[in-house]
Amino acid sequence: MTNSPRPNQTPSITSGSDYLDSASSAPLHPAAREAFLAALDQGYADPRRVHGPGRSARLLLDNARAVIAECLGVRPDEVSFTGSGTDAVHRGLLGLHGGRQRSGTTLAFSAIEHSAVFEAARWVGAPTLSLPVGRSGTVDLRHVKEAVDNQEAPLSVVALQLANPEVGVIQPTADVAAALGDVPLFMDASAATGHIAWPDGWSVAAASAHKWGGPAGIGLLVVRKGARWRNPFPADDRIDPRVSGFENVPAALAAAAALQVVTQARETIAKGQRGLLHQLRAELATIPDLEIISPESNGLPHLLAFSCLYIDGEALVTEMDRRGFAVASGSACTSSTLSPSHVLEAMGVLTHGNVRLSLGPSTTADDLLRFAGALRAVIAELRQRVGLPS
Amino acid sequence: MNCEPVIDLWLDCRSMRCPLPIIELARRFDQVPIGGTIAVVTADLAARVDVPAWCRLRHQEYVGERSAEDGLPAYVVRRTS
Repeated sequence: MTNSPRPNQTPSITSGSDYLDSASSAPLHPAAREAFLAALDQGYADPRRVHGPGRSARLLLDNARAVIAECLGVRPDEVSFTGSGTDAVHRGLLGLHGGRQRSGTTLAFSAIEHSAVFEAARWVGAPTLSLPVGRSGTVDLRHVKEAVDNQEAPLSVVALQLANPEVGVIQPTADVAAALGDVPLFMDASAATGHIAWPDGWSVAAASAHKWGGPAGIGLLVVRKGARWRNPFPADDRIDPRVSGFENVPAALAAAAALQVVTQARETIAKGQRGLLHQLRAELATIPDLEIISPESNGLPHLLAFSCLYIDGEALVTEMDRRGFAVASGSACTSSTLSPSHVLEAMGVLTHGNVRLSLGPSTTADDLLRFAGALRAVIAELRQRVGLPS
Repeated sequence: MNCEPVIDLWLDCRSMRCPLPIIELARRFDQVPIGGTIAVVTADLAARVDVPAWCRLRHQEYVGERSAEDGLPAYVVRRTS
């Protein structure tokens, strides 16, 4: 017997091409793996030290920052590496909120933001304003303007996703930013980065590397030059004053390597994925009582969410997994709180029998045809079990 | 609330969780005549969204939410076809 740690054997693991949950976490990109392994050997030292190994780590870190900046169209000194996307959201949002205390105190966000936004607002104890969304999932510019004009509750910051991770809807970020005037916009770009280009107009943005094929445990905090951002957490004597803790050089380099490759191929991959999902939509339209939630023209290219009447979301995910397809669900029965997804709720769409599938760069038309066939069979079987016509 | 509709059929879905209240609604829907009303009584949080969504998908009328005798929400549907 050895004492070395070994991963537990899992009974069945969905093969690569049938992993349709990249929006939860994408498989590590080969470019990221290569960069990560190289940096484990070359980037272990403290990048603040002036000795050779320290300078080597610092070089890799600066290189990662420069590559990310170029991919996102920002300046390298605007890019910080955090321990996760959630940490980047917390820092980004609270830093803008704290930088505006003299002008406004109400923290506003769309009703379909990630829970990290709600939790950060709760933690700081600020008055909040939730901007409703319609069935399409987008915020209404009139609501944004009303909030800006309300002298009773001056805004500190507005948080808005570039795109929603559950349904893929892309927000009119640049238009919202223009309507905000002096109020800064915090953009959560976690679901969108690597899939669509970043717009202009935001002050601070956050992203998460494992959503584009980088490793987990690395997030991006991007603070535009001139943004009034103040570190909301204790300072640390590291290279970058916006974050704390020892720099994860291998993960930063791997995140940059993946983003570079993904960004170069972005338009081509997105076009292919849009085509695949267009075909899948036609297939799904022939399944009775199935409602597609994701917008086709205004959504992420790789993501499609839909709900099926009379279907238990957990049973659906389990049955699809048995057939080799890994998908996510926002239905209540799949959540620990037994409450349905706040996103589906805010949009007023069916919450049960919900499926979110998100393609990888290698997903093929054949994969999706097989997926649609398996889904049709599973839905028929589950509806038959409860005695309803399939 | 004024003009509360008379409920033709009460569905006791108190112990049911999503999606069972909606399945019960679909199963027993045709037990009321066209124009009749059905109330789905449940503590299930998803029903607040899913009953109106069912009405939209099945082209029926969602009347609104009221309280059952024990205070649990009752989601009222009018059969239109």
